[in-house]
Amino acid sequence: MITIQNYVKAESLEQAWQLNQKRSARVMGGMMWMRLSRRKVQTVIDLSGLGLDKIEETEEDFRIGCMTTLRDLELHPGLAELTRGAMRESVRHIVGVQFRNTATVGGSIFGRYGFSDVLTMFLALDASVELYKGGIVPMREFTVMKKDNDILVRIIVKKDGCRAAYQSQRNTQTDFPVLTCAVCAEQGRPVRAAIGARPGRAVVVEDEKGILAGGITEESARKFGEYVSSEVTFGSNMRASAQYRSMIAEVLVKRACLALEGGASC
Amino acid sequence: MMKSTDDLKYVNKKLPKLDSMALVTGKPVYLDDVAPKDCLIVKVLRSPHASAVIESISTDKAKLVPGIEAVYTWEDVPQQRFTMAGQTWPEPSPYDRLILDRRVRYVGDPVAIVAGETEKAVDKALKLIKVSYKVEEPVLDFRRAKDNPILVHPEDSWKSLCPVGADNKRNLCACDECSDGDVDAVMADCDVVVEGTYHTKANQQAMMETFRTYCTMDAYGRLNVVSSTQIVFHVRRIISNALGIPKSKIRVTKPRIGGGFGAKQSVVAEVFPAFVTWKTGKPSKMIFSRREAQIASSPRHEMEVTVKIGASKDGTIRAIDMYTLSNTGAYGEHGPTTVGLSGHKSIPLYGRNAEAFRFRYDVVYTNVMSAGAYRGYGATQGVFALESLVSELADKLGMDPTVIREKNMLMEGSHMPAYYNEPNDSCALDRCMARAKEMIGWDSRERVKDMGNGKVRSLGVAMAMQGSCISNVDVGSATIKLNDDGLFTLMIGSADMGTGCDTILAQIAAEVLQCPYDHIMVLAADTDASPYDAGSYASSTTFVTGKAVEQAAEQVVDNILENAAVWLGVTDGAEREGLRYEGNRVYDPVNGKEITLAEIAAKSMAMPHHTIEATVSNCSPTSPPPFMTGIVEIEVDKETGSVEILNYVAVVDCGTPINRNLARVQVEGGIGQGIGMALYEDVQYSTGGRLYNNSLMQYKIPTRQDIHDIHVEFESSYEDRGPFGAKSIGEIVINTPSPALNNAIAGVTGCYFHELPITPEKILMAIREKEKQ
Amino acid sequence: MLVQLTLNGKVIKEDVDTDLTLYTFLRNHGCYSIKCGCETTNCGLCTVIMNGKPVLSCAVLTVRADGARIETLEGLQEEAAEFGAFIANQGADQCGFCNPGFIMNALAMFREYEDPTEEQIREYLAGNLCRCTGYEGQTRAMKAFLAQRREKRMAREEEGGAGKSKTAEEYAAAGKSAEKEADQL
Repeated sequence: MITIQNYVKAESLEQAWQLNQKRSARVMGGMMWMRLSRRKVQTVIDLSGLGLDKIEETEEDFRIGCMTTLRDLELHPGLAELTRGAMRESVRHIVGVQFRNTATVGGSIFGRYGFSDVLTMFLALDASVELYKGGIVPMREFTVMKKDNDILVRIIVKKDGCRAAYQSQRNTQTDFPVLTCAVCAEQGRPVRAAIGARPGRAVVVEDEKGILAGGITEESARKFGEYVSSEVTFGSNMRASAQYRSMIAEVLVKRACLALEGGASC
Repeated sequence: MMKSTDDLKYVNKKLPKLDSMALVTGKPVYLDDVAPKDCLIVKVLRSPHASAVIESISTDKAKLVPGIEAVYTWEDVPQQRFTMAGQTWPEPSPYDRLILDRRVRYVGDPVAIVAGETEKAVDKALKLIKVSYKVEEPVLDFRRAKDNPILVHPEDSWKSLCPVGADNKRNLCACDECSDGDVDAVMADCDVVVEGTYHTKANQQAMMETFRTYCTMDAYGRLNVVSSTQIVFHVRRIISNALGIPKSKIRVTKPRIGGGFGAKQSVVAEVFPAFVTWKTGKPSKMIFSRREAQIASSPRHEMEVTVKIGASKDGTIRAIDMYTLSNTGAYGEHGPTTVGLSGHKSIPLYGRNAEAFRFRYDVVYTNVMSAGAYRGYGATQGVFALESLVSELADKLGMDPTVIREKNMLMEGSHMPAYYNEPNDSCALDRCMARAKEMIGWDSRERVKDMGNGKVRSLGVAMAMQGSCISNVDVGSATIKLNDDGLFTLMIGSADMGTGCDTILAQIAAEVLQCPYDHIMVLAADTDASPYDAGSYASSTTFVTGKAVEQAAEQVVDNILENAAVWLGVTDGAEREGLRYEGNRVYDPVNGKEITLAEIAAKSMAMPHHTIEATVSNCSPTSPPPFMTGIVEIEVDKETGSVEILNYVAVVDCGTPINRNLARVQVEGGIGQGIGMALYEDVQYSTGGRLYNNSLMQYKIPTRQDIHDIHVEFESSYEDRGPFGAKSIGEIVINTPSPALNNAIAGVTGCYFHELPITPEKILMAIREKEKQ
Repeated sequence: MLVQLTLNGKVIKEDVDTDLTLYTFLRNHGCYSIKCGCETTNCGLCTVIMNGKPVLSCAVLTVRADGARIETLEGLQEEAAEFGAFIANQGADQCGFCNPGFIMNALAMFREYEDPTEEQIREYLAGNLCRCTGYEGQTRAMKAFLAQRREKRMAREEEGGAGKSKTAEEYAAAGKSAEKEADQL
C-alpha cells in the first residue's frame, strides 16, 4: 500500500499546480490504482474541492471535469445520446458500481493505462484534454506525451455529429479487457478506430484508404477490421497472446462498424 | 432400501440457519471482529526465491523500530519437523516442515516472523531485515521432479510416518499402485482404446475470509488459539508438534468462519501467532492479506491425469487404466491423500461392465507453493480426466454421451473394486441422469445448434461421485445434554464454515428430540469442551457427525424416559416400555399420567444422579458416495471464442438432504466454483517460480454476470448408515463443470481440451484449426 | 489531519493519518460489519454508502471523507434485517463474510432503482464477489424482496396510506412467507 505524508485539498488549480511541481507530489484521482503502488508520497493533491466533478454541456461540446466519476460518465444522458450508448458500454464492465463511483475520468486518462477502456473511448471520439498549463491538447497527442507535472483539468468532447460504437473482449465480465475497441464515424472525415489493451495503450487507426467510403457493409466492415488489425502492434500478457488479440481486433472493429450502421446518424 | 422421509418435521426441510440473522445484519462474529484490540500484529517476511539457503540474516535494525516486540528467524524456532496438514494421526503426510527453515523452498516461504504493536511498525521492520541467500536452482516443472538430482527436501531430518511410498531423496511425497483384473489383457482384447492426458492447475479456494488466527495466554498458563479453521483438534496437535509443547497446554477454538472449502483444513497462519504468544506471553494475531492467501497457502493439487479406456464397439467400457502425477509443491501436506481420490472416486463410476482397472500414481515435491485440500480433493481432477475421455470415446463411437454413460454407469447394489471394494448400497445415479436429461430436454433437441448469427449452442454432460467420509478413519462425536429449562445443548467438534452444519446437526437432534430446532443450542469446535471430531472435511460432517448426533439424541430420549419412569413411579417393565416421549412431555398411556419435559429438566438438575446427557462417537466402515449428473448448455461466439453459460442443470443424489435450502446452495456454489476452475481461474508462474495470479485482480473468480441459471434438483437414495438416510454433498458439486463444459465446447470446436482453464483464446484457436481442416 | 464526518447519523471529529483508509477508520469506530476480502478493490466486501452512493471504503482516504455522510450496516439494521431475512430464507447467507458488503450495495440499488431487471441486478452487483453461493440464492432473495416491495407498494397505493415499520422478527416472518414465491422465480 501507498504511504502518504501530507494531504492537500487544493483551493485553486494554481495552488495544485505549484504543489505538483515537486517530484514527490501526486495529484489524486479516485486513488483506485495509485493506492496499490508501494510508493512513498510526500503530498497528495486533491482536486475534489474545485467543482471539477461535473459534466457541462455547451452548444459545441461536452466539458467533462477531471473529477467526474466513471459512474457519472455511464449515466450521463447527454453523453449517452452523443455516443449512442457507447460511453456506457465502455465503462460498465469496469469492476463494479462502487468502483466506478470513486474512479475518476481524470485519473483514468492521465494515467494513460494500457488497459483503459475510457482512454480507448475518448480517443475514438477525438476528444481533447485541457491541461492547466499546456492548454488544450488533442487526446491523440496527449496519449503519447511524456508524463509531466501538469494538471489535467477537463476532457472536451465536440458534438460533431459523430456516431460511436464500443466493443471489448474480456475473459470474465468484469476483468481487465483483453482488447478494447471504439469506432467513430463523423461527417466528412474517415472512420476512425481506437484499439486499446493491446496490451499497450490505445492507438487510433483511421480509414485512410477509404475502405468504408462506399458505406458500411458486412464486407467492408470485415475488411476495415483486417486493416486496423494489420496496422496495430499487439503484445502478449497473462490474459492473451498477441496473435489472439490481432484476431479479436478484426472481429471487434467489424462488429463496432456494423453497430454504427445499425443506429441512425446523429 | 428406500425409506420415506415424508413425515419428518425438521429433516429434509428448508430452514434458515440458526445464525443467519447475525450474519445478514453484519454482527461482529468473525475472527478479526472478536480479536482483542491489544494483539501484537504478526507478519512474516517471505522468500523472493524459489529455492535458496539463508546464509545470514540480520534483524538488528528491524528490532529497533519503535513498537516492535520480537523478530524471529530460523535460529529461534524448534528444530523438530512436523506437518501442517489437518489429518488424523499418524498423518500420512511427511513431517517436512519447520516454523522457519534455513532452506526456503518456494517464492513466499516464510523467512522471519515479526511481531509489533502496529501494522505500520511491522511493515517497516520487515523492510529492514537483511537476508543473504545462497540461491539454488529450483525444480519447477512437476513432470521433471521425480528422481531429479535437485532435491526439494535433501535434509535427513525429513520423515514419513506412514508407508505411503514417500522418499525425499527422489522428490517423492507418495506413490502407489492398485488394480483389479488384468488390465493389459482386457485392453488388448478391446475394439477401441482411447487415451488422453489432462492437466489441471493449483486453483485457489478463494474463500472471502483469508487465513487468520489470534492467540492469548489464559489464567492457567495455557495457549489459547482462536482460529478460522475447519479442524480445531488437528490444529492443537500440529501446534503441539511445531512448538514442542504438550497438547494439554493448548486450547483451540473457532469463531464464525468466512468460508473454507478445504483451505482451512491445513494449518496456514496458526503456528506464527502461536509461537509469538508462547514466547512473549502477549496476545497476538495474524491476518493473511489476500496476496499471501494467493501465494502462500493451501490450494488444489496441480495434477496431470493420464487415462486409457478400453471399450467394445457398442460402447461397453471394459477396462480403465489411470496414472496420476500430482504436484504437492514444497511440502507434503495433503499430497499422499488427495491423489488417491483421482482414481478411487472416478473409476468406479464406470464399474457396471468393467472387467479390470489399474490406478497408479506419483506425488512429487517441487519448488512452488505447497498444495492442500480443496473441495473435491483430487476427485475433481480425476473426474475431469475420466469424464472428458468418456465423452471423447462416445464421439469416436458416434454415440450420445448420455447413452454411453447410461450403459456403463454404476448401479445400486453393486460393489466398487476401485473404491476399496466397498458396497454401493445407495445410488440414484441412473435417476439423476434421467432427470437431468428431462430438465434440459436432451432427447428433444439438437446437441449442437448453429444459431446462424455467429453463435453456436451446445450441450455437454458429466457425472461425478465423491465420498461421505474417510472410511474407518473419520470420527465425529456429539454430546447432548438437557438443561434445566428444557432446552438442549449440542456439543460437537465439527466446524461450521458457512455451510450451516451447526444448523443441520441441530435439525437432526430436533427431529429425534421432537423439539423446535432453535431449542438446540450448538456449542461447536472447542478442544476443551467438544467431544473429539476429526473436523469438517472429506464431506463428512453431515454423514459422520450427523449420525453421532442422531444416536446421542436417541440416547438422551432413552435417558429422559428412564428418569420419567422413576418420577412417574412406573416400575412395571411393560408399562415402562409403553412410556411415550412426545417432546414437551413423557406420557404414560396406561394411566394417563404425564410429566412435562420442563419438570424432568428441572429435576434432572436439582436431584443427584439424574443428569441427562449422552455422548456418542461415530466412525463409519464405509464411505457411501453421493452421485450427480450435470448438463450444461452453452453458447459459443465463433469469432471470439467466448463462452456464455445459458443453463446448468444439476441433479444430485446426496441421500436425504437434511436442509433442502442449504443443500441446494451447496450445489449452486460448487458449480460456480467448478465453472471458475473450468473457464477462468488460471495459475501462471514466472520462469523463476513467482506466481502472477496473486490477487483477485489477477485470479479471476466468477462474478454474478459470469454464472447464473443454475437449476438444481435432488434424486435421493436412502443411505442406512447416514442420519435419516443422508450422505454428503459438500464436495461432489464441484466435479461436473469442467468435464461437462469440455464436452459442450467440443461440440463447437470438434476437439477436447486437455488443460484448464479453457479460455476464449484456446477455443478460438481450436475453432480456426477446425475451419482450416 | 482533522476530519469531521457523519457516521450513521453521528458526527465524528478526529485527527487521522493521511493514508488511513476509510475502511480502517470505520472498523476502528466499531463498524465491524465492514470486511476486507481483497485489498485490490475487486471484492466489494468493504462497501459503504458515502453521500448516498455505494463506494469501496478500502479505496477511500479518510481525509477525503471530510464532511461526508457515511452509512454502514450498523446504521441500517432495520433495512438489513428486512432484506436479510430473504437471504436467510434461501440459505444464501452461507459463510456470511460477503453479506454486509453485498447487502449495502443491494440496499443502494434498491434505493436507486425502483424495479431493476435481473440483468440490472447482476450488473449493479457484479462488484460484489461471493464464493459460497454461486450467486443464485442471492438473486432469488433479491427477486423475492423486490416482488414483496412491489406488492406492498401496490397495496399502499390502493390504501393511499403508508404502513408502519416492522420489527426484525416480523421481517423474518414476512421473508419466510415470500420464500415460496422466490422458489418459483
